[in-house]
Amino acid sequence: MFDLERWQEIFETISKNKLRTFLTGVSVASGIFILVVLLGIGKGMQNGISSEFENDASNILYIWTGVTSKEYKGLNPGRRIVLHNEDYNTTVANHQDELEYKSSIYRIWNGSVTYKKETGSYRVEGVLPDYQFLENASMVQGRYLNEQDVNGSEKYVVIGNKVKTDLFKNGLDPIGKYVQVSGINFKVIGVFSDPGGEREESRVFMPLPTAQRVFGGYDELQNLSFTLEKEENFDAALAASQRFSAKLESYLKDKYNIAPDDNSAVTVNNSLENAKRFFDLMNMIRLFFWGVGICTIVAGVVGVSNIMLIIVKERTKEIGVRKALGAQPISIIGMVLHESIFVTTIAGFVGLISSLALLEFVGPLIETQYITNPSVNFNVALSTVFILVIAGALAGFFPARRAAKIKPIIALRDE
Amino acid sequence: MSCGNYIFPAIMIEIQDLHKSYKMGHNSLHVLKGINFSVKEGELVSIMGSSGSGKSTLLNILGMLDEADSGSYTLDGLPIKNLNEKIAARYRNKFLGFIFQSFNLISYKSALDNVALPLYYQGVKRAERIDKAMAYLEKVGLAKWAGHLPNELSGGQKQRVAIARALASDPKVLLADEPTGALDTKTSYEVMDLIQGINDEGRTILVVTHEPDIANMTKRIVNLKDGLIIDDTKVEQVRALSNV
Repeated sequence: MFDLERWQEIFETISKNKLRTFLTGVSVASGIFILVVLLGIGKGMQNGISSEFENDASNILYIWTGVTSKEYKGLNPGRRIVLHNEDYNTTVANHQDELEYKSSIYRIWNGSVTYKKETGSYRVEGVLPDYQFLENASMVQGRYLNEQDVNGSEKYVVIGNKVKTDLFKNGLDPIGKYVQVSGINFKVIGVFSDPGGEREESRVFMPLPTAQRVFGGYDELQNLSFTLEKEENFDAALAASQRFSAKLESYLKDKYNIAPDDNSAVTVNNSLENAKRFFDLMNMIRLFFWGVGICTIVAGVVGVSNIMLIIVKERTKEIGVRKALGAQPISIIGMVLHESIFVTTIAGFVGLISSLALLEFVGPLIETQYITNPSVNFNVALSTVFILVIAGALAGFFPARRAAKIKPIIALRDE
Repeated sequence: MSCGNYIFPAIMIEIQDLHKSYKMGHNSLHVLKGINFSVKEGELVSIMGSSGSGKSTLLNILGMLDEADSGSYTLDGLPIKNLNEKIAARYRNKFLGFIFQSFNLISYKSALDNVALPLYYQGVKRAERIDKAMAYLEKVGLAKWAGHLPNELSGGQKQRVAIARALASDPKVLLADEPTGALDTKTSYEVMDLIQGINDEGRTILVVTHEPDIANMTKRIVNLKDGLIIDDTKVEQVRALSNV
């Protein structure tokens, strides 16, 4: 490898065939270029999809109810199932150790919210203090609801950023002001922002008991929502959440006499399971990109191999002379392999660097919903370099073997 | 040959009952039909014969570039048989120097690097290689041309570089295949003068040629016809210089 003479020889043969070597290099460089760009886009898609999940705590479980679709224990289908405070309390009591954040939700659809002359229609929900973390909401002003607000059934609301900008014109400070929710006065105690954007920020939260009392909900609930304690890794977290959701589902179905296979009466939405589906899809896409990229490199390698075969053919006489002068077959193989690895590696690096540059400078400019900041990490770059060297060796192998088989006798033959 | 002081020169090449045939499709072409032949150290032998006589095949076998079907070949006491490619390459490098009709210099290497090539394959260090190669270039009178590429040299100069290359590994035997075949008469004689000079120093040399005047500049002529030696005579050597 570090044989000066051999390097000289390689440069001499390359400089004799600049165009040919250049064209060969282009095929390898474009192969690597395409591979790295594809991997970058794959990573970008992963980033994009991951950011879709940023809306809520990523290990969140939502439970809601609907109408039964199956006859069970003599009960007709078509019963509406409604959750109650008792369900929430029992669940919390049964799973105290497993739960991280927990909240039940009573929802008032299309509550009209008014401040002076401004009115808007927003989702109004009665929630518990943990709901801030379940929704990944962060406070911009004031504070979120707390235990005391809940216990005292205070008429407080926390409003989203969008609600604030809609109702409180000219940067008016909403904290301490009173808004009317369906005609009843509530005091604004906080403004929150949500990574989910405007849709999530056009909501108004009040303490759950307040909502149930004021809007006639008695002890009814629309939703339960939980997150589980963190686990060491994704698989463990997934298993824990599947266990929890199965238990909860069977508890509710048992309690409300719902057929075990009736999926419309009680729904547990396990966001980890959704995430897993997306991550599985992502992995498939990445695998596909790797496949396409590798195939492109294979095409490049076949090109190099072809060129090397031609070079060997051209240098048949020279190789014969070298053998007559005492060159060992291994040194001939080394010569050809060395050149092909050199050409593929240099060309590959050009492809690698130009694709990295493209991702570096153009990547951040791409902002579609599903691709965010496409990039490749160091490991991927390293493995492509590894692929390059292997590819070079492969490309050189067959020509080298042919060169090694050249009989020195042809050196003596005169055309 | 100095027979006078009772020291007989060692036998350098010993060939007994050598047969070689080539398969051409369904036919087999019997090229060498039992060659018996020996060369003593310090001899300058020419092998003559029309094309198809088997002289090239004989040279290939002597040069370990091809193997005989049967018969024995001994080089300086070393039996040459069942060689694998690695050993053949090493023996060629150590024992033999080749001179070709078309010179076979490597076109992108300077005269000096061409001469140094056999030493490279011997594993000689670069500095030493260059020194030795330079010495041999001087010997053939081309020291000034050391840095030139082959296509910047005349035919005679190229062949002298090739001779320097053949000598570089200090071989036991020089094998020259039509060394003057591509040269005009004057240059041919100059090259033969150089070969005679090298022989005078005691090196064993075999020259394959079909030109009688070149053959007469050696000390012994072996005539091949249809795969057999038909004539093997010592001749009075004509010094090439006298003809230039």
